Amino acid sequence: MIDWTAIFSNAAQELISPTTAAYALAALGLAIHFGYTGLLNFGQAGFMALGAYGYAISILTFGFPVWAAVLVGVGASIVFALILGIPTLRLRADYLAIVTIAAAEILRLTFTTNTFASVTGSASGLQGYKTGFAELNPIPPGTYGFGPFTYNAYDWWIRIVGWSLVVIFAIVTWLIMRSPWGRVIKGIREDEDAVRALGKNVYSYKMQSLILGGVFGTLAGMIFILPRSVVPANYQTSLTFFIYAILLLGGAATILGPVIGSMIFWVLLSFFSGFVARAVAAGWLPFMTQVQAGQLRFILVGVAIMLIVIFRPQGIFGNKKELAFVK
Amino acid sequence: MSSDTTPTSTPVKTTGLHVGDAGPGCRKVDPILIADGVKRSFGGLTAVDVAHVEVPRGAITALIGPNGAGKTTFFNLLTGFDRPDSGKWEFDGRSLAHVPAYRVARMGLIRTFQLTKALGLLTVLDNMKLGAKGQIGENLFRSILPFLWRKQDDEIEAKALEILARFKLDAKKDDYAASLSGGQRKLLEMARALMSDPMLVMLDEPMAGVNPALTQSLLDHILDLKSQGMTVLFVEHDMHMVRHIADWVIVMAEGQIVAEGDPHTVMQDPAVIDAYLGAHHDTDIGATDTGHVEALKELIDDEQ
Repeated sequence: MIDWTAIFSNAAQELISPTTAAYALAALGLAIHFGYTGLLNFGQAGFMALGAYGYAISILTFGFPVWAAVLVGVGASIVFALILGIPTLRLRADYLAIVTIAAAEILRLTFTTNTFASVTGSASGLQGYKTGFAELNPIPPGTYGFGPFTYNAYDWWIRIVGWSLVVIFAIVTWLIMRSPWGRVIKGIREDEDAVRALGKNVYSYKMQSLILGGVFGTLAGMIFILPRSVVPANYQTSLTFFIYAILLLGGAATILGPVIGSMIFWVLLSFFSGFVARAVAAGWLPFMTQVQAGQLRFILVGVAIMLIVIFRPQGIFGNKKELAFVK
Repeated sequence: MSSDTTPTSTPVKTTGLHVGDAGPGCRKVDPILIADGVKRSFGGLTAVDVAHVEVPRGAITALIGPNGAGKTTFFNLLTGFDRPDSGKWEFDGRSLAHVPAYRVARMGLIRTFQLTKALGLLTVLDNMKLGAKGQIGENLFRSILPFLWRKQDDEIEAKALEILARFKLDAKKDDYAASLSGGQRKLLEMARALMSDPMLVMLDEPMAGVNPALTQSLLDHILDLKSQGMTVLFVEHDMHMVRHIADWVIVMAEGQIVAEGDPHTVMQDPAVIDAYLGAHHDTDIGATDTGHVEALKELIDDEQ
């Protein structure tokens, strides 16, 4: 009746999918912002959009090589972070939240508008930018792997690159967070006036954190578009909230949290959607249509996240001790 | 009240700090901090309006005054946490106008806060290490390469442990600062301030909410700062403590400096009594104030 093998193998594939890697990297950036520095960035989707469009437009419109396209995306996100940070980082944390959520929407709407359709592709987005990246692939053509993890050379290439980036940046984050720099950053999260009174330029540190986490988001945006095309509708506010969900699931001020959180999130999402869709098709849920079933998975994920926040508020890898003291 | 906070040894008072008659705004032999015409108002309320004040170097100066006198606001203005509407103020001969708070701290003027700001989810040791100045590893790019900052960090840690031992917090070094008691947090904040080898330490109500047993140890630490060559400026309400450790007292009321002098004479200054009790404290306006008058009389008697 229900093809359990298909459900489980689809869910297992999400474990190493490039999308999972992209979300993990974006969540790692958010961990730097929110978990370590205490910056409420609700515009991570905007940083991802800049990565996606910066990369695709550089290649399609300007014919840049891959490395230059990556630099353009990173440069754009640094400028974006500066524009967001200069007016707001001197203010209370909530102002950054308002400004980032609005700025990310402004970016998405700018990419969607017909005015720049020749460059951005408007609502239908962009494709055909993958040739340069595929040419760098050292894996000879063919199909590799076992069980559910059987892919062609290009699919393996994007997985390898995506997860290598996640590993590299997780190590970088781990290194900087255990250094004196990380100490200042965590101090700012606790009380920025106290850190200021000790002679640290808090404004500059918050800006560095915003830029660094934003660049992580931008690189995540580039990984995100490698297995698909660039579509502006992907960069809605809900993307930011999914990344927050992953972060809270794994533990906000942790390194492994965002990575494992992203894996759990996508495996669960795939499992729920596969299960519900097949259950509806099999007539187990007679009150539900296929379209409704497509939405149900988000409800189930929402419930799962609520349960985690209630029963394990520090996340999977978070330190329980950190929550023993209410500020 | 005084019996349990008075230490066995009497601290050595520094005298001869001022030039000419002691009075509001009088000149000092060797001032470390000078404020001139510093004014700050919030809407219609003038919180601070200091014509001239000098803080003597190498001494313990107390800034006292009734609630709402503008002491904390004055602290914020001096340390760059707030900007005055007008005025000049300098520290160790360098102007502090438009200098941001973190630069003021780097110049050697470290402050603590009335509401303790221990960094709760950092360990006690990390709190201490954060206080050290000029750390190589605090640069983002160098922080990735531990071999660049490891040696300096070890030195900072050794120094932090030494200061923690002096403050008897070394057993707590791996605990989160949030787990400390209120008094221990005050100690930690003071210890952390010492990590940067400041010239002037400004303590905002170091004794507030600290139990008598710990008060004694805090007092000794403040005296210790002086013996190590640091200048201390502190805000305090406990007159016994002020009299006991301060070399010089500056009295603020309604934003202005109303009296200055050594602690023994300043307590008898009519302006001080007025500031605390109102100008008409000795005319009978009801029974409510008598308690305060008694308390002050007791203080003065105590003195003589």
